[in-house]
Amino acid sequence: MGKCNVKKVLLLGSGALKIGEAGEFDYSGSQALKALKEEGIETVLVNPNIATVQTSEGIADKVYFLPVTPYFVERVIAKECPDGILLSFGGQTALNCGVELYQSGVLKRYNVQVLGTPVQAIIDTEDRDKFVRKLDEIGVKTIRSEAVCNIEQARSAAAHLGYPVIIRAAYALGGLGSGFCNNVQELDALCEKAFSYSSQVLVEKSLRGWKEIEYEVVRDCYDNCITVCNMENMDPLGIHTGESIVIAPSQTLSNSEYHKLRELAIRIVRYIGIVGECNVQYALDPESEDYRVIEVNARLSRSSALASKATGYPLAFVAAKLAMGYGLSHLKNSVTKSTSAFFEPALDYVVCKIPRWDLGKFHGVDREIGSSMKSVGEVMSIGRTFEEAIQKGLRMIGQGMHGFVENKELIIADIDKALREPTDNRIFVISKAMRNGYTVDQIHSLTKIDKWFLCKLRNIMATSEQLHTYNALETIPYGLLYKAKREGFSDFQIARAVGEDDMEQGMLKVRTYRKALGILPAIKQIDTLAAEYPAQTNYLYLTYSGTVDDVEYAGDNRSVIVLGSGAYRIGSSVEFDWCGVQALNTIRKEGYRSVMVNYNPETVSTDYDICDRLYFDELTFERVMDIVEVEKPFGVIVSTGGQIPNNLALQLNDQGVHILGTGAESIDKAEDRDKFSAMLDKIGVDQPEWRALTSMEDIASFIDKVGFPVLVRPSYVLSGAAMNVCSNNDELNRFLKLASNVSKKHPVVVSRFIEFAKEIEMDAVAQDGDIIAYAISEHIEFAGVHSGDATIQFPPQKTYIETIRRIKRISRKIAKELCISGPFNIQFLARDNDIKVIECNLRASRSFPFVSKVLKLNFIDMATRIMLGKRVEKPEKSLFDLDYVGIKASQFSFNRLQNADPVLGVDMASTGEVGCIGEDTQCAILKAMLSVGYRIPRKNILLSTGDARQKADMLYAAQLLRQKGYSLFATGGTSRYLSENGISNTLVHWPDEDCQPQALDLLRHKEIDLVVNIPKDLSTGELDNGYKIRRTAIDLNIPLITNARLASAFIRAFCLLSADDLVIKSWDEYENGKR
Amino acid sequence: MIKATLILDDGTRFCGYSFGAHINTSGEVVFNTAMTGYTESLTDPSYAGQILVLTYPLVGNYGVPAVDFWESGHIYSQALIVSDYSSDFCHWNAKESLGDWLKREQRPAITGIDTRALTKLLRERGVMMGRIEIEGIDDMPSDMYYGDINYVETVSCKDVIRYNEGSGKRIVLVDCGVKANIIRCLLRRGVEIIRVPWNYDFNNLDFDGLFISNGPGNPDNCQATVINIQRAMQNNKPIFGICMGNQLLAKASGATIFKLKYGHRSHNQPVRMVGTERCFITSQNHGYAVDNKTLGADWVSLFENMNDGSNEGIRHISKPWFSVQFHPEAAAGPTDTEFLFDEFIKLL
Repeated sequence: MGKCNVKKVLLLGSGALKIGEAGEFDYSGSQALKALKEEGIETVLVNPNIATVQTSEGIADKVYFLPVTPYFVERVIAKECPDGILLSFGGQTALNCGVELYQSGVLKRYNVQVLGTPVQAIIDTEDRDKFVRKLDEIGVKTIRSEAVCNIEQARSAAAHLGYPVIIRAAYALGGLGSGFCNNVQELDALCEKAFSYSSQVLVEKSLRGWKEIEYEVVRDCYDNCITVCNMENMDPLGIHTGESIVIAPSQTLSNSEYHKLRELAIRIVRYIGIVGECNVQYALDPESEDYRVIEVNARLSRSSALASKATGYPLAFVAAKLAMGYGLSHLKNSVTKSTSAFFEPALDYVVCKIPRWDLGKFHGVDREIGSSMKSVGEVMSIGRTFEEAIQKGLRMIGQGMHGFVENKELIIADIDKALREPTDNRIFVISKAMRNGYTVDQIHSLTKIDKWFLCKLRNIMATSEQLHTYNALETIPYGLLYKAKREGFSDFQIARAVGEDDMEQGMLKVRTYRKALGILPAIKQIDTLAAEYPAQTNYLYLTYSGTVDDVEYAGDNRSVIVLGSGAYRIGSSVEFDWCGVQALNTIRKEGYRSVMVNYNPETVSTDYDICDRLYFDELTFERVMDIVEVEKPFGVIVSTGGQIPNNLALQLNDQGVHILGTGAESIDKAEDRDKFSAMLDKIGVDQPEWRALTSMEDIASFIDKVGFPVLVRPSYVLSGAAMNVCSNNDELNRFLKLASNVSKKHPVVVSRFIEFAKEIEMDAVAQDGDIIAYAISEHIEFAGVHSGDATIQFPPQKTYIETIRRIKRISRKIAKELCISGPFNIQFLARDNDIKVIECNLRASRSFPFVSKVLKLNFIDMATRIMLGKRVEKPEKSLFDLDYVGIKASQFSFNRLQNADPVLGVDMASTGEVGCIGEDTQCAILKAMLSVGYRIPRKNILLSTGDARQKADMLYAAQLLRQKGYSLFATGGTSRYLSENGISNTLVHWPDEDCQPQALDLLRHKEIDLVVNIPKDLSTGELDNGYKIRRTAIDLNIPLITNARLASAFIRAFCLLSADDLVIKSWDEYENGKR
Repeated sequence: MIKATLILDDGTRFCGYSFGAHINTSGEVVFNTAMTGYTESLTDPSYAGQILVLTYPLVGNYGVPAVDFWESGHIYSQALIVSDYSSDFCHWNAKESLGDWLKREQRPAITGIDTRALTKLLRERGVMMGRIEIEGIDDMPSDMYYGDINYVETVSCKDVIRYNEGSGKRIVLVDCGVKANIIRCLLRRGVEIIRVPWNYDFNNLDFDGLFISNGPGNPDNCQATVINIQRAMQNNKPIFGICMGNQLLAKASGATIFKLKYGHRSHNQPVRMVGTERCFITSQNHGYAVDNKTLGADWVSLFENMNDGSNEGIRHISKPWFSVQFHPEAAAGPTDTEFLFDEFIKLL
């Protein structure tokens, strides 16, 4: 009974995962598509992110793996002729693209109706001036700044706004000349400085220390409004909400404040005219009820995904229905199925979101957190005390922490400073400060975090200190032990607090002991109504603040538990969510009860209707055991969630948990470097020589044997990247000094690094050691670029048949030896048909969704059936039948990571990926590169092409560029090399050369459309010069490529093809064996 | 920490720790799913005689403000049951902690209870009587049954109180346990209020409109008020009622009241204005409801509950009489329906 009569709807996805735009849009898009499907509406999806659930079979009717840009979307519209378009489910990417299509008249020309919130309303919220004016009209306060040109004006602006104020020099990069002023004297002093940078200064009311509060509002076309959830940032204003620990519902707001902001949110949303979902962010004065609206997001957002998971209210699903013309009152609460969707969830638990950063992966990056987002993922923890929720969450972020206390000792030179200037470590700095005797008041004055939160953290510290007074588990009083569990202490933390030496044993001891005392977690439902009405919800969490389970277990051994992949991070993101969801689907199809354990709010696998039971909880040994003990499953799948579940295999197996598929001993054999090496030797498979070494002498003598370059992996990292390739003694010494301590306790793994080798991936599924299906893909880049950053081509186009044959043979040997049943991945190095194994993972790899979708053969479905013990026949299809090529390209987020060197190496740096299909390599690579933000250059290209070999590699590309009429600019060596080879170019100078023209100037004047900058080696001068060019390119949003092979491939593609040559085909139009 | 136990009429025991006054007590055990507003709820006279269970686990976070922010001068609830009391509080207008306030007001309170399990029990078995026993306290409260006690009599004002004399239209407010925010909402609209005790015969007073307030307990105990309303209906002066006021107006019109299986006690009750697409989120606290089937020919349902279809308000088809089951004055809860006060004022 949809009220609007559209029959075909186009939905725009958000493309590759990047900082600020991650998996949450796979979740919201998938929900929207499900809602449309229910209405019988035909759906078309444009999203190049091939690893998403929304681009899987059966979700949208047509999928286009194409860039979400006006050019390609227009071509899809021309082809598909949809009558409606949804813009608010694909983040800022989709919104921007949609607004452009609207403004350029494309939507009107093709008669495409924008469903949901009107575009004008979107524009009103995106344009700062319009936004302020709109809110003024209804008497709602916003943050505003006044531009002034002299000190007198500044004084009067400050007086009018009220102290404290912030002064910012206009047009000054990097915050030069800005700061806080509490009074007119400080204002005078700062203004003098600010006016020296700029003729215009902005005066803004300082809201430092104000609370940051968000509301998720829904409005239907009948003007009915609800606020589904409110959330409070633990970190005060000034720290981006994506960087902040967020609590839902708000904790420190009185009823009056809560409802005042709620009422304002509804007023705003009504006035702007949202139809669907909207997010309103406030600053709230901690000393009164004064407030400011920070911003309004007229689309589904990260916060709305979090709110959906926090409350059980499916915001994206409902928003899609409202866009189809439904009223909220026409829809049912999808949890109770009986009560109305027009209601506001009541929570009887507290939810805590904690960001996950990966700043350690980048060279030179600024670790301070502030107004721009740097985190790559997040977790959501649920508890019935704040202490429980935050301790769970701190474990979930997966950075080696066990909670708020009982962690590895943190070394902080200046605690005051670390509290004042927050970094990704801030919460642990607070822990340290408390341990060192800082009071709540002291910490509050340095951090501005509300004292209520700090008091709660102090409770945890106090319990820890009480536990420390006991030196044997059995002497801890029952009350204290129970209190510790209620405050979220893990068995590990308790074991450590009482001084257990062997942590693994200690943890098990605590477990056995507390279970004997009857200290067990309760299983509670998330039902949206705080138990007011009966609800058959399968959305669960565990808590120690409860005595009764909400669930009655059948004990029928029909549950199959899938362990999820945890927080998105560099190296593990949406691809494992896809794998988990596919496993759940198959488990259901095979007649088992599908059970998911995961805690990432940005995922589809944590959508409670994707499985029969969802435990939104920790993926620790302790918690998984708690769940296994109540669930009594048929078995547990550890191979579809990446490394986190994989690492639990052995421990779970030791406790008698039935691990489905490949045995835990085999997993261990593949994970343990020594055991794996011994096995390879035994079956006669080659690998690059390596040693775990504990002294500089040993390292030197090993290198004497294998020669440079070597790959060096310290096991204990002080700072900077975790591994590196070193080409000479200088580099080796510098890297080891920078990165690690070599010692007996912390050996360094050194392996021979094979240059100019091809890297090849084998993704496969085996049954009892026999390979059932496989996909071989090749990297465009040579070995040395992390496989997660590399551009991957499937099926391989440039690999010798002999190489493929050998790879198949080796894979078969390994599968047999490890008796693999389920998914696995092997990485190979190939040089002249000489094949070496680098790594083997007995689990699904990052590339499973990519190869499954390109081959149209669901590897996870097959693997899951095998793991359930079903016989699976070898499919007829093989990669040799494909008449098209898939390219997987990586998305980098360097623009968000201030100062980070945007260079690729053996450590992974990309935050996301796309996968595009084309008739040949060129077509596919062009689509893929355009999907990750590259643009076809118009005119000028700046080249610095590295060492001799790389320069030679790039020669053909340079010729092509010249033939296409591009102007080439090149730095010293490259310029010379090009000229010698008859390619005309303009010489430009390195940043440290005092001559004109300067490379950096060209960049700053926006004269360059593409930068190819290939680092030659790790020498300081090279790094510094190259770094400046690379960083400037990123900061100015100029496309940058740092790898010769990839640069060549991209250049060749855009020189031989234009965008218009690319055929617009949906996924299903690429058929096997036919064209 | 002193242990405290809640013992329900069916014998179920919930053990936790005392954080209020060390007094044993008894009352009807009811739950509320609101996530904020403990100060307002505890001082709401409608909770007289009841032991309040909060399903939201973290309570006490923002302390307790001064009396001007309360809904009456005292805590009316018999006792408070929570899962995780926060003795630390932080808020600019807090004057004391929740625990200290409860002690001062002589009300017991228990923390550390699985309030979700307790709520499910109350939901399935219906509200029941319960008693609180504090460790080491031997005094036993006397047995009583909630429905038999006229709580309205205990919470209503004893004398006539006048507000804003001579300021404008004059409203008689029948105080069955009125919340302070109802008075604030009316006064903000510039009217004069004559607040009278629940059984006071106001028909001899000179007034422009009649308001019947919320209040605790069984509406059958307020027959005196019903008779007074019936007499007022003999002229055409506007009448507006809230909560208990809705039930008393319905009774005066001849309709009957019944006890709901699941009482409505939360801030998220969806209601629809009957015959329209206009829906509102409302704050509610009631265990009895008007039986729609018994409404007289001249009366229609004004609002309905979107979850269970129960009556949420009535209106006379021609006369300016209407009432609502929910709380348009909010405090605590959402403010979406405050416009109903404007509607009433317009009728005067």
